[in-house]
Amino acid sequence: MTKWFETHLPKMVLAPSFIAVLIFVYGFIAWTAWVSFTRSKLLPRYDLDGVIQYERLFASPRWDTAMNNLFLFGALFIGIAMVLGLALAILLDQRIRIEGAIRTIYLYPMALSMIVTGTAWKWILNPGLGIEATVRGWGFESFTFDWLVNPDFAIYTIVLAAIWQSSGFVMALFLAGLRSVDGEIIKAAQVDGIPTWRIYSAIIIPSMAPIFLSAFIVLSHLAIKSFDLVIALTGGGPGYATDLPATYMYAMAFSRGDIGQAASSAMIMMLVVFAIVVPYLYSELRAKND
Amino acid sequence: MTDLAASATPAARPRRGAGRIALRWGLYLLLCLFALYYLLPLFVMVTTSLKSLDEIRSGSLVALPRDITFEAWRTAWSGACTGIQCEGLRPYFWNSVLLAVPAVLISTVVGALNGYVVAQWRFRGANIIFSLMLFGCFIPFQVVLLPMARLLGLMGIAGTIPGLIFVHVIYGIGFTTLFFRNYYVTIPSELVKAAKVDGAGFFRIFFAIFMPLSLPILVVSVIWQFTQIWNDFLFGVSFSSAGTQPVTVALNNIVNSTTGVKAYNVDMAAAIIAALPTLLVYIVAGKYFIRGLTAGSVKG
Amino acid sequence: MAPILEISKLRKSYGSTEILKDINVSIDKGDFLVLVGPSGCGKSTLLNCIAGLEPITGGSILIDGQDMTHVSPKDRNIAMVFQSYALYPTMSVAKNITFGMKVRGVDQATQDRKLREVAQQLQIEAYLNRRPGQLSGGQRQRVAMGRALVRDPKLFLFDEPLSNLDAKLRVEMRSEIKKLHHRLGASIVYVTHDQIEAMTLATKIVVMKGGVIQQIGTPQEIYNRPANLFVADFMGSPAMNLIPARVRGTQVEIDRPGAAPILLSDPKVAGLPENVILGLRPEDIAEAGYRAGSDVQQAACQIDLVEPAGADTYVVSTLGGKAVTARLHTETRAAPGESLDLAFDLGKVSYFEPDSGRRLN
Repeated sequence: MTKWFETHLPKMVLAPSFIAVLIFVYGFIAWTAWVSFTRSKLLPRYDLDGVIQYERLFASPRWDTAMNNLFLFGALFIGIAMVLGLALAILLDQRIRIEGAIRTIYLYPMALSMIVTGTAWKWILNPGLGIEATVRGWGFESFTFDWLVNPDFAIYTIVLAAIWQSSGFVMALFLAGLRSVDGEIIKAAQVDGIPTWRIYSAIIIPSMAPIFLSAFIVLSHLAIKSFDLVIALTGGGPGYATDLPATYMYAMAFSRGDIGQAASSAMIMMLVVFAIVVPYLYSELRAKND
Repeated sequence: MTDLAASATPAARPRRGAGRIALRWGLYLLLCLFALYYLLPLFVMVTTSLKSLDEIRSGSLVALPRDITFEAWRTAWSGACTGIQCEGLRPYFWNSVLLAVPAVLISTVVGALNGYVVAQWRFRGANIIFSLMLFGCFIPFQVVLLPMARLLGLMGIAGTIPGLIFVHVIYGIGFTTLFFRNYYVTIPSELVKAAKVDGAGFFRIFFAIFMPLSLPILVVSVIWQFTQIWNDFLFGVSFSSAGTQPVTVALNNIVNSTTGVKAYNVDMAAAIIAALPTLLVYIVAGKYFIRGLTAGSVKG
Repeated sequence: MAPILEISKLRKSYGSTEILKDINVSIDKGDFLVLVGPSGCGKSTLLNCIAGLEPITGGSILIDGQDMTHVSPKDRNIAMVFQSYALYPTMSVAKNITFGMKVRGVDQATQDRKLREVAQQLQIEAYLNRRPGQLSGGQRQRVAMGRALVRDPKLFLFDEPLSNLDAKLRVEMRSEIKKLHHRLGASIVYVTHDQIEAMTLATKIVVMKGGVIQQIGTPQEIYNRPANLFVADFMGSPAMNLIPARVRGTQVEIDRPGAAPILLSDPKVAGLPENVILGLRPEDIAEAGYRAGSDVQQAACQIDLVEPAGADTYVVSTLGGKAVTARLHTETRAAPGESLDLAFDLGKVSYFEPDSGRRLN
């Protein structure tokens, strides 16, 4: 009996977490998936009724805006954050004397809540007293910077704040990547007289492909989950101009009482995440097992 | 570590003298400009929070305060309105503390044990279980929001702090398990074998041999979980009720409250207060913070 | 007296792959058993099975007459030394050594006494308070042995304990282990892939390959009468020459380039199949003149390569289509391209069947 206990103890230790994951991740996904095929409104109903919710979702202009925003925001946010992060990492890799301090400054926004970030940028970008007013105060009377309240540009303020928050993190990722390149290859290249910029472009950066991939995964994941920042910075407005799928889902679930819509939009979000993450996880796990 | 400049021999560096010095200065200038970009919002927040409302309306965003006043801080802490109540951030700050401390501790301990099992006590199926848990880290939480809300209701802990602790523990275990697993796989399995021959059992080996080794990853896990939970908004706003909201939700309510005059200085002071704990952690233990970020993403 | 360790019909498989097949070994008290074989042959798995760290699929393991097949490692009365030493990194040397006693609830006075004894024996008193991280490889090795010695077990298990040491230290620690064995009269099972270690340490060797025991015997038996081609090739350095040959009545015929085949007479070959592999160790092929006797026969051989090795000179010639090494005295003059009379000591020869690899004589 004690022998049996001894051999099965590790399984018993892992079991509660495993069961929790089964229920609270996979079971809940199944629940949401099921409900997304019903006519649930304020309360969930469990009688299946086809793809009605998805039809409603794709017919909704607000959802349409949210998805368009997601792709626009995602592309800009990921693209700029990667380029900026890589540039900063390369600049910092040049034996900078105060590297530690600078790195600390670049990265600190990552420690902040998105709500704090949103609050700060909301103040800075507010046309009445923020940057616009300040520049006008310097004498440029016709200066306009009203993105925050302009439906056509409000989404870019989200991009701006998101990049401010996350680019330092991308820099840290890339910097670690730069430092992990085999030093002997670089020495060999230097002995061959290859200029520094070519060493970066031809040797170091190509060897960092896995880091680009993980940065991309993390950033796209952040983009799809972005919720707090929109709530704090624009509240989804003006109108629905800065709605993202996450805010759409939340509005349907908790203010509109439209659980069917909330569930179907959550499922779409999950599919987008899976489309990006699954191939990555699959290759990672396969590489580890080899 | 590869230090390009350090390993460069003089012969391999074509530029010298004045050109090189100019390049160096340009580099530092660029780095400082970026530092300004990252620091400006913090600077604006701090200065704004120390100004009076009159000064904010009349002065410039980037100007230093003429008369420093801590009035906004006092209001933010104990007087600002989050809707109907006007008690400031204080009760919500303590909500966050009451919520974060147990959630961080529980999820870290569970993650440490899980990681220990997955890394050192492999059994058939352990890898599949780990993969399933790992996968759980990547789902957008919107997909579990609705059923969780119902479950918390059924369990009678909807809108309570224990309810929120429960949610954070459940969805934090994946990451903490990942941290500890990746740390413990680097420990040779012969250590467990030696201890088994020495007569130690599962928990004895964990507490006598693995725990004393785990300080670095323990710090990483605690910092990561604390930052995540403290900064969380989605779970907080979805699963709390009037008196149990965490600080991020309260901050958002203060900022977006429509009653009375818009007090930017109070908003900024409140934002800083809400950010202080995680900022402090970052400044004190930044090294571990970065390690958690990279471990949580690269290794994922 | 019952054997101190008796393994019978042991099998071990992971899923459908069999790692160990029908292992039968037993050793007496005071024996030094070495399990040797190439990596992946199952020797470490076998050791882990003996320790109880791996469950077995079939068969039984008896230690000092007691059935230990399903007993936990801690109750088998064994001690083990690992390849990576497996010292507990956060404990001092002294704590590492006494950890097992502490777990078992041995009183403090006994712990101290045993620690002192072992520390003195292994000359590690000077760094009892250090952490493993502050020790050199050789020192860690001693501490790992101390942790095993302090248990005073029925059986010591060593899992490639010297393979992480540099060459010089390895030789030193090897003789240290040998001395320890003599002094304590301990029973030891020792795993290594290094056949020299096996030869120098063992009182009994088990050669393994692919989870199957190839041969069990004393070092002399293994060296002089290998049971098959694998053992012949694996044990000994430089390796045994394995020369394709043909049996002609009581003579053996070996091809050589540029001349008629060599003919050696050996009454032992009568009745063997026509094609055989003739196995002869380099030291059993020498220059003519040093050895005499009816078993020693000479033939002129073309020298391809000369390798002076200090104490000896090795020359390589092509016989039966294979490079064959002979060990000569240093003062013998030999040059590539020249012909030299070599003496073959047929008293030491082994014959093998080419296909099965089985020993024929």
